Amino acid sequence: MADTVAITLTVNGVERQADVEPRTLLVHFLREALGLTGTHVGCDTSQCGACAVSVGGVVVKSCTLLAVQADRAEVTTIEGLARDGQLDPVQQAFWDVHALQCGFCTPGMVMATHELLAHSPQPTDAEIRHGLEGNYCRCTGYHNIVRAVRLAAEKLAERESTAAAG
Amino acid sequence: MEQYFGKAVKRVEDPRFLTGSGQYTDDLSLPRMAHVAMVRTPFAHARIRRIDTAQALEHPGVVAVITGQALRDANIGSIPPGWLLPDIKTPPHYAIAVDRVRHAGEIVAAVIAESRAIAEDAALLVDVEYEMLPAVSLGSAALASGAPAVHDEAIENVCFRWSIGDQAAVDAEFDRAAKTVKLSLRNSRLAPNAIEPRASLAQYVRASDELTLWTTSQNPHIHRLILAAFVLGIPEHKLRVISPDVGGGFGSKIFQYPEEVIVLYAARKLNRPVKWTARRTESFVSDSHGRDHESEAELAADDEGHVLALRVKTIANLGAYLTLFGPVVPTYLYGTLMNGPYRFRAIHCAVTGVFTHTAPVDALRGAGRPEATYLLERMMDRMAQELGQDPAELRRKNFIQPDAFPYQTPVALVYDSGNYEPALDKALTTLDYKRAREAQAALRKEGRYLGIGFSTYLEACGLAPSSLVGSLGAQAGQWESALVRVMPTGKVEVFTGAHSHGQGHETAFAQIVADDLQIPMDDVVIVHGDTAKVPFGWGSYGSRSAAVGASALKMALNKIRDKAAGIAAHLLEAAPEDVEMTGGQLHVKGVPERGKSFSDIALQAHLAHNLPEGMEPGLEATHFYDPKNFVYPFGTHVAVVEVDPETGRVTLQRYVAVDDCGPLINPMIAEGQVHGGIAHGVGQALLEHALYDEQGQFVAGSFLEYAMPRADDLPLFEIDHTVTPSPHNPLGVKGIGETGTIASTAAVANAVIDALGPFGITHLDMPFTAENVWRAIQGGKKAVA
Ligand code: FES
Ligand code: FES
Repeated sequence: MADTVAITLTVNGVERQADVEPRTLLVHFLREALGLTGTHVGCDTSQCGACAVSVGGVVVKSCTLLAVQADRAEVTTIEGLARDGQLDPVQQAFWDVHALQCGFCTPGMVMATHELLAHSPQPTDAEIRHGLEGNYCRCTGYHNIVRAVRLAAEKLAERESTAAAG
Repeated sequence: MEQYFGKAVKRVEDPRFLTGSGQYTDDLSLPRMAHVAMVRTPFAHARIRRIDTAQALEHPGVVAVITGQALRDANIGSIPPGWLLPDIKTPPHYAIAVDRVRHAGEIVAAVIAESRAIAEDAALLVDVEYEMLPAVSLGSAALASGAPAVHDEAIENVCFRWSIGDQAAVDAEFDRAAKTVKLSLRNSRLAPNAIEPRASLAQYVRASDELTLWTTSQNPHIHRLILAAFVLGIPEHKLRVISPDVGGGFGSKIFQYPEEVIVLYAARKLNRPVKWTARRTESFVSDSHGRDHESEAELAADDEGHVLALRVKTIANLGAYLTLFGPVVPTYLYGTLMNGPYRFRAIHCAVTGVFTHTAPVDALRGAGRPEATYLLERMMDRMAQELGQDPAELRRKNFIQPDAFPYQTPVALVYDSGNYEPALDKALTTLDYKRAREAQAALRKEGRYLGIGFSTYLEACGLAPSSLVGSLGAQAGQWESALVRVMPTGKVEVFTGAHSHGQGHETAFAQIVADDLQIPMDDVVIVHGDTAKVPFGWGSYGSRSAAVGASALKMALNKIRDKAAGIAAHLLEAAPEDVEMTGGQLHVKGVPERGKSFSDIALQAHLAHNLPEGMEPGLEATHFYDPKNFVYPFGTHVAVVEVDPETGRVTLQRYVAVDDCGPLINPMIAEGQVHGGIAHGVGQALLEHALYDEQGQFVAGSFLEYAMPRADDLPLFEIDHTVTPSPHNPLGVKGIGETGTIASTAAVANAVIDALGPFGITHLDMPFTAENVWRAIQGGKKAVA
């Protein structure tokens, strides 16, 4: 067996320690070592975006990072978004407007939408389409995904204004 | 009671997908699971001189290396095609090549190890000595004399020659035609690229000598039948096939693949679970591809533009091996569709199926119908152009009229129902056609090139009447099963032979059940994808789930309702024909206050303390539904594109689609199917090309080289529908899963050619990439301002 490296990271709020082979990709670590199989692998050339997760607050393709690079980082995967059985606004928007069919691209799309809305809370359709160009979907033609991102933006804005008012 | 049919009910499957709790094949892990890496040949055609596995076997963590010879020694059979044609050549297709490889990516050995990484490392250590042989990748080149032979038994690489229609009648029409047009068309090869790569996990239980295969399948029962009875040679009941959540299929997950055979063999041989998951670069060379036709087409019309006859000659590239539906896609799913929605007097379509040194070609979303529609709709536009007529009006004048159904075409099919003009009119209105043409003319003066393209498609789906397809060479029936099991508490389990890999059956089928039994949707669960649970069924492809699968369900529900009414009548001391069901209660007509709820009846059926004389206890029904005909969805799609003459770049500006697939069970799901279908067809027109070079090297082997439609390649689609029910199934429904793809490639192609008209361009082959379009513009005449 190859040499391993000890890493410690926080995944979805839980601290995890593990010994990993230096060449292990973050996506494989999440899926195989932690059993977080919601993060998917759709390619081996970093194009499809099915593997998107948040590392240190930035959404990245977890097939482009080694697990050791996430040492000491805060990682959020699709499994970490819903709170107390409540979908988060992006998940909910995807559900509301049928922005998923087979569901395989969905975790990556939801994570990418979070990143997009973090940078541009009120995106135009063109900005949405541009912001999602790193994520492939073969099922939806992106039509309802664009609608879902719009809807999520509205919901998040509402939540902000309620929070501000409260 | 709430009516669910026709309502945009949110999908019940979505929460698990949205929270990362979906369970796809690669998500599964079993104790002691080993992993496979395939050794694939980089060569298109070579003789295998020697395979040395010693070094790989010595690599720490390697469990076994399997070769083709080992499979042959174990009597593992070839993977058979499921459809035969007269005089077809069916050379064997072994899971692992034995002495010759016939396409780049073919498996020559499988390395099994403790981890995937180890297996992949060791795969590099398998030493294969090849003797290179000449290869051929293009269908027409394979037919040329002196072309390298793919299979010794297929003379001149011909797999079959097939034709349909009356050649003499076509010749006679051409003799008297006022106008004829002719085109040579290439329908480019595509890679399917479901976003979930194929994966298979096999487990062997020695005590019972049983195998379980979890695999990415659209039709687990077909997998079990073929893999058990034809390939492994084991009793069918010794193999259970489970197809859990599947991340898109589009046809590519219909077939039985070599990797499935390998994991099954290895799991039994090693007595441990064995998993394989494709890397995307493997998917590109090992998933069955789609399309790849070279055609010559001629269309004859009278001087007013009434079409008379169509003559088609097609070379269909089948790749190196026949897979399950390989022979039927370019024949019965293609030649029979040449009539479209038009009144033809005669059609003749001749297809030569050709072996080449490329990956197998089989069904891909639409399967034969997009190829036929592309050809026919290109020809209609070419004729309109030749006659100087408006392409929409030329189509309109040729439509079969609504009172002409059932309509017998000259190419075997009998259309069940249709009303084509309202869909065209709706599309023209949505588009504001007149204004769009004016804008096109105005912009042309400014040096901008807009194109408007139509596709008034028709398709045949809902596979299929079993006796009919049997007479056409299918080695299988095409009915579907449904088992409705009511539990004592009134909760309902439905087992369907249809399979959802994105289509939302867990929702749409539950809507039908909830309506028929007048119970909440929450009380219904739809089970699919497991041969140990579901009665034999043929799965989902060819847009058959609603028309055939849901029809089977409807018929089974009728049986449940009849039995429930019988029990209610007995309890209410009435005649069964006097019992009706309203507001969730079974009651005597006109006396709703003295009723029994469905769950009361379910309980009584199981307690069986007081059932009508002779009635069996329980409340369960199975129906095997065999459709009487195909169903024939149709519609009008219109694409508006702009071509930049400086760069050749094509931008899809608008896309209008009006489809008719009968009544919609769930309009939200149906529209989603249309969206995805359109994107797939637009992808073929503008971007995608699974290209081999002449020596059979695949030059589009990853997402870096193979352009998939991205969000910013597409506009929002403008979707509408008309409703013309099918008269022959109990729900009146037609299929909607493939219409978008069938229609859109032609619509976009016609729009691009329309935009390029000023450059004297009358045809261009796909994909309309900036480079291809720019070259055509350079080669064409100068634009006339
Ligand atoms: S798996 Fe495709 S981008 Fe990471
Ligand atoms: S929902 Fe299937 S790939 Fe996006």
